Amino acid sequence: MYPNNLKYSKEHEWVDLESKKIGITHYAQESLGDVVFVELPEVGAEFEVGDSLGVVESVKAVSDVYSPVSGKVTAVNEALLDNPELINQDPYGEGWIVEMEITGGEEDLLSAEEYERLIKEE
Amino acid sequence: MSQLKRTPLYENHVKAGAKIVDFAGFAMPVQYTGIIEEHNTVRNQAGLFDVSHMGEIEIKGKDAGKFIQKLITNNLEKIEPEKVLYSPVCYEDGGTVDDLLVYCHNWEHFWLVVNASNTEKDLDWFNKHLKDEQVTIENISDNIALLALQGPRAQEILQLLTTFDLNEIRPFRFKSIDIAGVDCLVSRTGYTGEDGFEIYLASDKACFIWETLLEKGKGYGLAPIGLGARDTLRFEAGLPLYGHELSPEITPLEAGLGFFVDLKSEHDFIGRKALEEQRAQGIPRKKVGLEMLERGIPREGYPVQKDGKEIGYITSGSPSPTLGKHLGMALIQSSEAEIGNEVEVIIRNRAVKAQIIKTPFYKKEDK
Repeated sequence: MYPNNLKYSKEHEWVDLESKKIGITHYAQESLGDVVFVELPEVGAEFEVGDSLGVVESVKAVSDVYSPVSGKVTAVNEALLDNPELINQDPYGEGWIVEMEITGGEEDLLSAEEYERLIKEE
Repeated sequence: MSQLKRTPLYENHVKAGAKIVDFAGFAMPVQYTGIIEEHNTVRNQAGLFDVSHMGEIEIKGKDAGKFIQKLITNNLEKIEPEKVLYSPVCYEDGGTVDDLLVYCHNWEHFWLVVNASNTEKDLDWFNKHLKDEQVTIENISDNIALLALQGPRAQEILQLLTTFDLNEIRPFRFKSIDIAGVDCLVSRTGYTGEDGFEIYLASDKACFIWETLLEKGKGYGLAPIGLGARDTLRFEAGLPLYGHELSPEITPLEAGLGFFVDLKSEHDFIGRKALEEQRAQGIPRKKVGLEMLERGIPREGYPVQKDGKEIGYITSGSPSPTLGKHLGMALIQSSEAEIGNEVEVIIRNRAVKAQIIKTPFYKKEDK
């Protein structure tokens, strides 16, 4: 559920420090339910840690995607515009949201183990 | 969630893996497998809902009819024993206290079935307006469980459990019948836009009937459905939800429920004067349906604009699983409420184009 090669934020995003991809966690997609709509940032947009970089909506809920790191967007997953359910089906793969050139903030991210402990408390 | 009230079926929901949420102070299942899947199950086969949180208020006595007529905007003369009547209840100023179903057992015995979130408020309101009428008002909600069996296959499934010919229960009628050996009150009513039944029974028999229905109905595609899909189903069917399309600040006339406000007959009821005035002066706001023309989902509370000027707000909004569109209901200035009018919904500070379309969004095909 929480791959060891990824880093996690307290706001339930994941970051792959190798591919520089970012998405929302299994826990986040499960809490949201069926994802039906995604709003993506522009390529080139810059974000600080904690900025809202996009929005994920389920049937009932609207949820911001908070940038887990600081940096500049280098690619967005346009497949989500037509197939937002990829976030439910494959949150760490086909369901990635953005790719970023990371300029900071990695040091505060959680390991898989730390993140799992966090969600157990929620 | 220990402080939340539970329906008799709470353990069944937990065992079935439902996601449980606080709804009107009750721990209720919002979904079992997923809102969209459950929604489609009800449209295509049949679904079973636990709606035992709904309030049942029993009004008994010589003046029961007279007393109820004073409270409701609809005309109680439209019903008779074994009939059900939908009606708003209004404040003196025409704002809405609640919307409810009146079940007439006989002229001296009625049930009022009310929104769970309003049960206590309604009881206070009814008691406050009890003057010299000879009636008793009793909250019997805790003794009664309510199951809704809804969908095109609902009748086939329920018929498996009773020898009573369900064709005899026409829409907005009810009968007290035997379902799998249990005394039930069964009405052909619902909140989904599909054919179906609502089944009232003693709380201690609820688990047995719930389990029996699910087991017998399995081969017909029957599944338990949570409150999430209940909301998307009622939304597509254009049915109002108290707290959204109706509230103390919204009159039934504004909400498009004029059909259930009887200003033709001589009956007096609380709020009549205000509603007559509103109708005479022109209803300032109207409930409309909206379809998004650009990307975005309208949500409750989002402002609605016309040419940059605010004209109202979204009361309910959702993706429509049946129609595959993003739809909303909005309360807007009557002058802008024409079908086809292009407006903008403000979604996260952006004006997103939408068009006024007719409601209900979804209507089942007549058999």
